[in-house]
Amino acid sequence: MRLLNASGCLDALTAPDVAAGLDTFVTKTVTPLPRGGNDPVRIAETEVGMLNAIGLANPGIDAFLTHVLPRLPRPVWVSVGGFSVRDYTEICERLEGEDVAAIELNLSCPNVDEAPSGGGEVVAAARAATTKPLYAKLAPTADVAENAQAAEAAGAGGLSLVNTVKGLALDERTLRPVLARGAGGLSGPALRPLALAAVHACHQATRVPIVGMGGVSRGRDALELLAAGASDVALGTVLFSDPGAPARIRAELEAELAAHGFADPDNIVGAAHEAEASTLDLESRVGRKKGLHTRANVAG
Amino acid sequence: MLTRRALRVAGSEVVGPYTLLRVERGKLDPGIPGQFFMLEVPGRLLPRPMSLCLATSSELGFLIDPIGPGTRALCSLAAGETLRILGPLGNGFRLDVERPLLVGGGIGIAPLPYLSERLANPPAVLGFRTAWHAEAAALVPNAEVVLEPTYVTEVLPPGHDVLACGPAPMLEAVRRLTPNAQLAWEAPMACGYGACYGCAVEIDGELKRLCVEGPVLAAA
Repeated sequence: MRLLNASGCLDALTAPDVAAGLDTFVTKTVTPLPRGGNDPVRIAETEVGMLNAIGLANPGIDAFLTHVLPRLPRPVWVSVGGFSVRDYTEICERLEGEDVAAIELNLSCPNVDEAPSGGGEVVAAARAATTKPLYAKLAPTADVAENAQAAEAAGAGGLSLVNTVKGLALDERTLRPVLARGAGGLSGPALRPLALAAVHACHQATRVPIVGMGGVSRGRDALELLAAGASDVALGTVLFSDPGAPARIRAELEAELAAHGFADPDNIVGAAHEAEASTLDLESRVGRKKGLHTRANVAG
Repeated sequence: MLTRRALRVAGSEVVGPYTLLRVERGKLDPGIPGQFFMLEVPGRLLPRPMSLCLATSSELGFLIDPIGPGTRALCSLAAGETLRILGPLGNGFRLDVERPLLVGGGIGIAPLPYLSERLANPPAVLGFRTAWHAEAAALVPNAEVVLEPTYVTEVLPPGHDVLACGPAPMLEAVRRLTPNAQLAWEAPMACGYGACYGCAVEIDGELKRLCVEGPVLAAA
């Protein structure tokens, strides 16, 4: 299991020590042209999560390649966004010769007006444009399993589950939207059951590895995503309140695994799909061979 | 290192409509006036950015306006409770000024008591909505106080190096009058360390993160 950050939830250049606590750093989404993003106010807090409408603020692929990418820690995944199929393929082509471990295709940003439709089409075009591993980042929509299958069929080597979903917060006094844009992407605790359901469904529907994310704030949350079928876990909103979250959640996960009788997080991947709840069967699980539940074996 | 420290709440005092929350300082670096800290809020998802109001050898003080659920919860903290704090963060005021004049408006006076101490109590001009709000002026030595409808910009003496904090319209007005001023701005922040991009403000025609580039910015 690798621990990553969710795209857009960490800047490795301003917080290198936080990024150093992760196994892989994922960039904020890069688009062909520079984007300032949406007007302020761009964030709001609710009782159950956080809303953001940043709007894919980024320096554009030219400045990213010149000024940002060379300074980022490795291994690094680049999140790629755009407003047409051509936007995605252009950036994939530009990244081809770079030291980038994987490309995450942001197919589900809730904060732009002209997001591309047809995730399968974007993935297929990106697949033709790069040899790098492609992860499709999907939102926890009702048809997420179908979208995941379409992405897999089009050549995605993995899934990033999940992106935020649209939410709205109203100002306490004025009853007007807090965010200048109106609605924004909901993240944090409210997203966690949706992420679990999406990971669970896509683990059944596809055979590609899944990076699970959405509301992870404790080791227990990471454990559940692994059990639902994620093989890696990413941290998002929790990083905002606790820059020490990577080390803390790792330690908590280790304790949770030990309490459930697992020595290695890879052994619990997909456990939620087993016919029998095996919490009563700690003895036998301690002796399980590593990799029994990895995607390779499930696929095998 | 971005490490949160757990500090014990020493107590709090009501100052007009505001609350001065005092925490035991421990080994926390108070930083430069104008820098800020992220204060964990009991029962809320995100911490709140607060500039440091007072620093003694044993305590740190934060002046808080209870305007929402987070700030209300912070104002309700009792002595003995624990508060996790990240900071100091961002860029504070430059202190190498010859004729400092502190200018503050409303809850924007929050960083001025600590700033005043570090600059050996220079003159200050503070503006408030009401006499009740102006009770906070007692925290700033050598302060001239004006109440609405009079604004601080109507009584600014010329020939000073202005260091200001207050609502955006006040800062814009101060900037027009004194192009060499240092201005401390405010914006909603989720993280305070450049991760969330929530606090972007337009600086020289570009959206920049206030927590990284500011919160104190040169007016010109």
